[in-house]
Amino acid sequence: MVKALAPVSTERDLRLDLFRGLALWLIFLDHIPSNAVSWITIRNYGFSDATEIFVFISGYTAAFVYGRAMEQHGFIVAGARVLKRAWQIYVAHVFLFAVYLAEIAYVAHSFDNPLYTEEMGVLNFLANPDVTIIQALLLKFKPVNMDVLPLYIVLLAWFPPALWLLRRAPTTALIASMTFYALSLRFGWNIPAWPKGMWVFNPFAWQFLFVFGAWCALGGAQRIKPFVDSAVVRWLALAYLAFAFSIVMTWYFPYLATFVPKIVSDVIYPISKTNLDVLRILHFLSLAIITVWFVPRSWAGLKSKLFWPAIVCGQHSLETFCLGVFLSFAGHFVFTEVSNRLPMQVAISIAGIVIMVGAAALVSWYKNTERRGPRPPAAMPATAGGGAP
Amino acid sequence: MKRLTLVLAALLLASPALAVPPAECQLAQHLLDHVFPLPHTARAIADKKLTVLVVGAGSSRLPGPKGPQVAYPARLKIALTELLPGVAVKVATDVTRHRTAAAMVKSMKAALAASKPALVIWQTGTVDAMQAVDPDQFSDTLEEGIVMARTAAADVILVNAQYSPRTESMIALGTYADDMRWVALQHEVPLFNRFEIMRAWADFGTFDFTSAKDKLAMAGRVHACIGWLLANLVTEAVKPGEPQTEGAR
Repeated sequence: MVKALAPVSTERDLRLDLFRGLALWLIFLDHIPSNAVSWITIRNYGFSDATEIFVFISGYTAAFVYGRAMEQHGFIVAGARVLKRAWQIYVAHVFLFAVYLAEIAYVAHSFDNPLYTEEMGVLNFLANPDVTIIQALLLKFKPVNMDVLPLYIVLLAWFPPALWLLRRAPTTALIASMTFYALSLRFGWNIPAWPKGMWVFNPFAWQFLFVFGAWCALGGAQRIKPFVDSAVVRWLALAYLAFAFSIVMTWYFPYLATFVPKIVSDVIYPISKTNLDVLRILHFLSLAIITVWFVPRSWAGLKSKLFWPAIVCGQHSLETFCLGVFLSFAGHFVFTEVSNRLPMQVAISIAGIVIMVGAAALVSWYKNTERRGPRPPAAMPATAGGGAP
Repeated sequence: MKRLTLVLAALLLASPALAVPPAECQLAQHLLDHVFPLPHTARAIADKKLTVLVVGAGSSRLPGPKGPQVAYPARLKIALTELLPGVAVKVATDVTRHRTAAAMVKSMKAALAASKPALVIWQTGTVDAMQAVDPDQFSDTLEEGIVMARTAAADVILVNAQYSPRTESMIALGTYADDMRWVALQHEVPLFNRFEIMRAWADFGTFDFTSAKDKLAMAGRVHACIGWLLANLVTEAVKPGEPQTEGAR
């Protein structure tokens, strides 16, 4: 093989697990519709949300894990592993879809309220389950809040060639990804959805964040370190976060909007999540710059018990993510069938996170047992902590 | 059961509305944004003749023979008449189920010409979300409608989708609610945040939108509150600038 960029360090950066775990919690809270506890999540204080964190870190860890596989076993083997992972995620998505169908079929049959004659029309798709299920298997029909896994599947399906290029010519790969992003915005590329519309997370746009994460993992982070660590950049990032915060506040307190010059609002709106608006990328980058400033890699707190629950969730992200989607369905079900008063919302939110941590701990224990298992430890491949992304 | 419902509905209609609004309505009063002025409306009120046009889709009406009398446009008229003594209040409606914002804009010109309102209350967003209309196109349509109303010398209040707990996991309102908020801010149009108001009622147990009991009566009460809150938004928004001579009761 030609000289390739090796992953920077052999030890896994626990910050990735910590922040991915936190992102998974936030995604869970945001995915329960009308959950008052989701007021604490970052989307209410800036342009970007937990999805950006999740996609970036997933790109980073994918490059870390499969980059090493590509170095040791070559393109074909590593590519096969990536596709196997994509297949696992597809199966998980279909499983969650089945759960979703069961939930709404139940919710629908007790639903006739004169207030909601309009909204009831949405249940029409239940009349043709054959078409609906096939469209779901084709990833064209995606229920509300089930858009992240299909995005992830597409990103992984394209990842083997992207990783190959990233390892040979990282700058070229990053520029290609950026160009692709710009072209998709310019020409409105997206994947059509069913029955109408487009994918909620446009993969042609969101691939940029994934590739950027991968690029950082393959040495890019070292290259931009002087930039990220410079005082000017840190202050710019802080200023941008303050700007985003003040704009977002005008959404909740419209009287503040009178302080926003018209030219500013004309430029920034609408801030597309589907197409990963530049304002969202900048917000995520600013958050990242400030975060690595305050939480250095060697920070002792990363080993403390306090952050273990988030870290263990981040280390088993696919399991935790899927469980989170399931729990958000369950939470919504409790809200509609039992109570959606504030105390219940708080209780469901806390219970959900506790269950996610418990399940992640169980998976962690199980994987460790398997690893030690009846076979000698040396027989297992040496992965750097945690599972694949 | 049915009789009780009818009695309740009749009581609602008979009650001389809202000199003192029900506490359940007031609970959400802090969620009204009356920052942006409504100059045409203020002038109409000063001239003692206010015509409001309600443009909307299925969630601006209630089913049944009594529907038109208990739905919020009718309640708005009662509340405005109450809050603006001496002003002749007329409420015209252009409400048809299953309409996207674009479909409403299509018929808006004729509706504006027919009723010559000083204020357009425009409820939209739900059907666009259900049909996954392109969000950018949705924003453009909102702007088009606002400009059209303003050209016809009418102010606009946007009303977003209602809070519907059972369909929340099926209708992705988020993007459309954001777009409505943003367009409202850009054009300095008050947004009547029906979603948050109804959610506040659900959070505090004022109304139970998932309950199977007395659904029709509850729907009537909800619409009565929405009508009252909308009237309140109007009267608050016209306060600054315009001298309010008829403040005392």
